Amino acid sequence: MKKRKSISYSKWGYIFILPFFVSFFIFSFIPLADTIRYSFFEYYRSGIKEVGPNFIGMENYKSLLASDMLKYAGNTFILWIIGFIPQIVIALLLASWFVDIRLKIHAQQFFKVVIYLPNLIMASAFAMLFFTLFSTNGPINGILTSIGIVKEPIDFMGNVFGTRSLVGFMNFIMWFGNTTIMLMAAIMGISTDIFEASEIDGCNSIQRFFKITLPLIRPILAYTLINSIIGGLQMFDVPQILTNGQGSPDRTSMTLIMFLNSHLKSRNYGMAGALSVYLFIVSAILCFFVYRMTNNNDPDGSKAAARKAKRRRG
Amino acid sequence: MKKKYVSMVLVAALVAGAFSGCGDKSSSDTDGGNSQQSSSGNNGSSGGTEEGKVINVYSWNDEFMKRVCAVYPEVKKTSKDGTVTTLNDGTEIHWIINPNQDGVYQQKLDEALLNQASAADDDKVDIFLTETDYVNKYTDAEADVAMPLTDLGIDPGKELSDQYDFTKTTASDVNGVQRGSTWQCCPGLLVYRRDIAKDVFGTDDPVKVGEKVKDWETLKSTAAELKEKGYFTFSSYADTFRLYGNSISAPWVSPGETVIKIDQKIMDWINTSKEWLDAGYFDKTVKGQWNDDWNKAMGSKSKVFAFLFPAWGIDFTLKNNWDGENGAWAVTNPPQEYNWGGSYVHACTGTDNPTLVKDIILSVTGDKENLLKISKDYLDYTNTKSGMNEAAKDSKTYASKFLGGQNSFEYFAPVAEKVVIAPLSAYDQGCVELIQNSFSDYFQGQVDFDKAKSNFETAIRERYPEVTEIQWP
Repeated sequence: MKKRKSISYSKWGYIFILPFFVSFFIFSFIPLADTIRYSFFEYYRSGIKEVGPNFIGMENYKSLLASDMLKYAGNTFILWIIGFIPQIVIALLLASWFVDIRLKIHAQQFFKVVIYLPNLIMASAFAMLFFTLFSTNGPINGILTSIGIVKEPIDFMGNVFGTRSLVGFMNFIMWFGNTTIMLMAAIMGISTDIFEASEIDGCNSIQRFFKITLPLIRPILAYTLINSIIGGLQMFDVPQILTNGQGSPDRTSMTLIMFLNSHLKSRNYGMAGALSVYLFIVSAILCFFVYRMTNNNDPDGSKAAARKAKRRRG
Repeated sequence: MKKKYVSMVLVAALVAGAFSGCGDKSSSDTDGGNSQQSSSGNNGSSGGTEEGKVINVYSWNDEFMKRVCAVYPEVKKTSKDGTVTTLNDGTEIHWIINPNQDGVYQQKLDEALLNQASAADDDKVDIFLTETDYVNKYTDAEADVAMPLTDLGIDPGKELSDQYDFTKTTASDVNGVQRGSTWQCCPGLLVYRRDIAKDVFGTDDPVKVGEKVKDWETLKSTAAELKEKGYFTFSSYADTFRLYGNSISAPWVSPGETVIKIDQKIMDWINTSKEWLDAGYFDKTVKGQWNDDWNKAMGSKSKVFAFLFPAWGIDFTLKNNWDGENGAWAVTNPPQEYNWGGSYVHACTGTDNPTLVKDIILSVTGDKENLLKISKDYLDYTNTKSGMNEAAKDSKTYASKFLGGQNSFEYFAPVAEKVVIAPLSAYDQGCVELIQNSFSDYFQGQVDFDKAKSNFETAIRERYPEVTEIQWP
């Protein structure tokens, strides 16, 4: 017993985090590995008979590329961008108003809660609500016709523009509060000295926003963007519920995950697995960027500038 | 150090004990299962009582439960939450109910059927129900999940001879072996609003209105009349689908093939629907069935003249959506005989209670007295030819309050006699659902005809990966 010189408590640390790793391994890692494995197999159910699993190599990947997958990727992108642009614009505007000391907005806390509230509703419930509100015989059409704006009820979900804007609008309503609060934190992180100095130099509020606030919150903005893209890639419940899983009209609001889901209706694990792997690769690349950005050890670019200057000298 | 080893040994012992405990239990279970299985197999045929104590019934609603409880004489009591029914001999019926929406029911049933062979006796599926849309998937001879009725000891030719023939065909596999039975028969009628009929035709007499809707040609000119007064004939193109879709001449997919053949009748439906929608005979704002707009079309503010419904549609759907007085609706003959829906009862292969299962099936689907009672209490059009003909004549007992005292059986009975059921395939549900979805874009002018066709092809290949070809007439 003399051998022991110091007491190490680190093993307790490992023991305490063990449950997480065990459950992660069982419930996340094994299914993940299985998904990738099945993507190389022909494996689905026809009626109550199981077909496969038969190894078919990259066949699933090839037939996915030949299918409309890229069109659905395009749909997903369009649906996301329709929601994201107003979201980021409104969030920036609100964030800069809320933190502006001179505006002295009252009941700030109240408004922060209110704009965050839509995010607390389940997306599917929200979509259900919009589906009812905007149906051809629904209350929105009722109001519009009774105050005489339109004569015939508008078929919101019967055309591409209407459906896509509704999905975008819902995503905007649900997420702008979240973004506002994140951006507010970023703006409040900027030293007040800089704002004061700029004011003394005669800077107006527009200049201040574009020349000081925006450049200084750039890392957070980029983080928001990438995060939102990853969320957008997984867009599912809102268009699924709004269009009854059809992506109607003409499959123009069918997102990638809805496409994945329609493969799972026939328990087509092979094809769905291959699609998941594609999505995994895209998400992994995006995550890599986020990682690079959040672990940026050169936030103001001074190191890079120094390197550049050094190289020039040398 | 010693302490450490001791504790490790203890932990190992504990873990091993836990695992061996599991192993013991499962092995004894399967043993018991096997012995019981074989004994029940031996005794089942000789009518012994050595059967399992639990009957598991898979269904998507409480419809079957209510009917069993109403007519099966052995029922002693049902628990308050409706999950367990106890029979006189102490056997329990466990009702396992999963909703039909989004295919949940079929998913759960499929899981249970895949595990049927290895499940413990009391966990085995004994009875399951299917709907016409997917009955074929389960009566498949090769899959053999639904027992042939003859194996149960039921002779369909004798004991079920009073059933409508098309219900027997529906529940049979490709070789004509009947693998299920139903208490229900779903001939459809045309249900119309009396006030609209009076306004347009000057009469609401079912016989006279029946003349106006007797075939598609006559109905089309009637539709024009209705249109002039500002009424819609039907609410949407989906309403007429069953009439065309259930009279196709060849199945969507022939047995043993993976080619989807679209029948000429379906093309007729597409063409007529487009024509009628453009002419304003349908309500443009109603897209398909089972949605809010469709429900509202059955309300008193709606301008829709008629719906095409079988008995359950009038009782469950129309009645629940109608917000006016009783007696505002009446039934008459449809432009074409059709059948819509129907729940089939199957004995599951591997059941450990064959005697009771046989007893329940016979009692609920093959006993005329019981069936007439169901007709009276639940307004089902039941599966007894002679019984229904009696009901058609007995206007006193079978008058419907909702239809203003009209005896709907009088109109159902002749339709039921003439129903020719479309040949089924295991792909029906997907085909029926997806063709309506794909072409609704075409009806609404979002895409052209060819695009709708290719959208259907894409969707059907997603649903059924084994489909190799899609043939259009």
